Amino acid sequence: MSTTEGKEKNTVSPPNPLLTTPTTLIGSGHDGTVRDQFRAWIQRIRGGEMGMLPALGGFLVLVILFSVLSPFFLSPINLANLLTQTAALAMLAIALTFVILLAEIDLSAGVTGGVGMASWILLVNKVHVPWGLALLIAFAIGAVIGSFIGYFVAKVGIPSFVVTLGLFLGFQGLNLVLLGDGGLYRVETPEVLAIMSNNLQGWQGWVLAAIIIMITFFTGLYDRRRRQKVGVAVRPFPLLLAKTAAWAAFALIAVGLLNQNRSTSIIQISGVPIVVPLAIAVLWVGTVVLDRTRFGLHLYAVGGNPEAARRAGINVARVRIAAFMICSTLAVMSGLFSASQTGTIEPTAGKDIVLQGVAAAVVGGVSLFGGRGKIIQAAVGALVISSITNGLGLLGLPAGITFLVTGGVLVLAATVDAVSRRRSGSSSLARG
Amino acid sequence: MTAPIIQLTDIRKSFGPVEVLKGVTMDLVPGRVSALVGDNGAGKSTLIKGLSGAQPYDTGNVVIDGVKTTLSSPRDAAHHGIEVVYQDLALAENLDIVQNMFLGRESTHNGMVDGAEMELQASSTLASLSVRTIKSVRQKVSSLSGGQRQTVAIARAVLQKARVVILDEPTAALGVAQTEQVLQLVRRLADAGVAVLIVSHNLADVFKVADHINVLYLGSMVASLETTETNYNDVIGYITGIKTQEVSA
Ligand SMILES: Nc1ncnc2c1ncn2[C@@H]1O[C@H](COP(=O)(O)OP(=O)(O)O)[C@@H](O)[C@H]1O
Ligand SMILES: [Mg+2]
Repeated sequence: MSTTEGKEKNTVSPPNPLLTTPTTLIGSGHDGTVRDQFRAWIQRIRGGEMGMLPALGGFLVLVILFSVLSPFFLSPINLANLLTQTAALAMLAIALTFVILLAEIDLSAGVTGGVGMASWILLVNKVHVPWGLALLIAFAIGAVIGSFIGYFVAKVGIPSFVVTLGLFLGFQGLNLVLLGDGGLYRVETPEVLAIMSNNLQGWQGWVLAAIIIMITFFTGLYDRRRRQKVGVAVRPFPLLLAKTAAWAAFALIAVGLLNQNRSTSIIQISGVPIVVPLAIAVLWVGTVVLDRTRFGLHLYAVGGNPEAARRAGINVARVRIAAFMICSTLAVMSGLFSASQTGTIEPTAGKDIVLQGVAAAVVGGVSLFGGRGKIIQAAVGALVISSITNGLGLLGLPAGITFLVTGGVLVLAATVDAVSRRRSGSSSLARG
Repeated sequence: MTAPIIQLTDIRKSFGPVEVLKGVTMDLVPGRVSALVGDNGAGKSTLIKGLSGAQPYDTGNVVIDGVKTTLSSPRDAAHHGIEVVYQDLALAENLDIVQNMFLGRESTHNGMVDGAEMELQASSTLASLSVRTIKSVRQKVSSLSGGQRQTVAIARAVLQKARVVILDEPTAALGVAQTEQVLQLVRRLADAGVAVLIVSHNLADVFKVADHINVLYLGSMVASLETTETNYNDVIGYITGIKTQEVSA
């Protein structure tokens, strides 16, 4: 923004000085009492803006259902298992959200993670590159793959479904070439294995909870201050306290449960798995990027109406390429989580997980039509899907049932998406 | 009379062998609403696309503020304060009003999108246009009526400090009450000193809001009339090619 515009900050005069000075501003949804806010929220939900409410509700239902059916479900050891089982899927769902928001898809995301980790283990084992540097190279390989996909989608104009289906097949071949048919490499790097198998110490878990609470509170406070300084309405302060309290309750209960001893042997096992703060950090950075940067806004705009974005001067191709780069890079992160969990790297890695990743994003409420959804929803969706797998497994039901239930939940979520989309369209006609 | 912001003289544009604009002349004056009318295929959209920089003219003079210029990209047009509100509006329905009004030109604070500042500007712009039907500037555009969307698109142009606003069929998709609202908005825009060009098929609208009427017929400007000095039948005569008037540069 130019300096002259900077000087005009905080004045209520209209941008065009010839126009009359307004007396009253139009509402912003921030005005009114707690009760008004609540009503507006209900109205938004009725209008089809449900966000992650269905997924969160579904998750709660599953938790209650499974904990009634199996006393083991809510035990600390199973909760820790659930988290580590979810991590790779959640990361992949987060990755995919960046392209699903553009109404695109990346079917190769899973095997891209495979390529990244295959390259990593070869660099570490054969070339003797330090593991950390090798990891950076693996992420860079992911970014290059993403820019390649993005180029073909945005510049050449091939549907992403086709480009990434091609890569899905091609990368399975590449992984075979890299690792050898039936080649199975053991991960020996303790730091990588630690992601899934080691835990934060008790006090570190509490610090993590405190950080989450403080970030929630102080970002809210910062936004409030900014709005007050500029001179627009702010939401009632108790709402911020309530939001912080909700996050605090969630974080403290989770850490409390995870800090209990969950070992069945003499050696004590307790604490938050290391993957949790890693995943939360990615989630937080990704959310800030999507919600608060121009790039994030442009991503939503391109997903909602590419032509509008283009006319507004947004470089649509660049946004698309960047989204595919982020997706592929985070896919490697998901591959890292998988490798840490299984302790092995093999040519078929990432082949099966990708469709589950798409399912997780959709179940979480990320719209396949593009333009709607948040990465935290994808993470919640992943939690729903792995709870189904975990819970039905605990009940001793065969794997076939798990697939059937997961499929049913996916169709249900897609239906919710389509219906709420129609509703938000029709409500505009109704109000016309 | 106020000096024109934009003077077009002898504008020509061909697609292959087809000459679509055959030496068109037109002025846009601050504070005035000029209408551009003509039958389908007369070349209205082509003339507008040239002004928006989206599809430059082949030959002819574009004079802005008395200086000969070329408009070779939408950026050029924006630089001169020319904003086009397209018929299909080009709003992102999944974004709210503020985000749409600032799309592509968001203000930032500490590197992050400055939602508060943008909200204030958007809100005061809408208020300055006496827009009363919009409840919240944080409403998603998908929840707005056609007239409200048109309002947002026009307000977006105003927010960009447009000196020239070009509206392509702004009332084509609207009901009676909404058309009335948008026409009032167009009038206020001109009264605030903006040069407005409105393309319309609806002569009733044109006579209601325009100060001046330009008629294109098969790529030629066959008439350029003060609204007060003409009538329906004359304009229809020009549009259909029954009447002709020599328009000198
Ligand atoms: N990109 C193009 N290529 C070829 N012919 C075009 C193109 N754009 C417009 N035309 C032709 O130019 C003529 C004028 O079109 P247009 O400017 O859209 O008219 P109007 O907006 O008045 O209906 C029409 O005959 C149309 O077919
Ligand atoms: Mg046209």
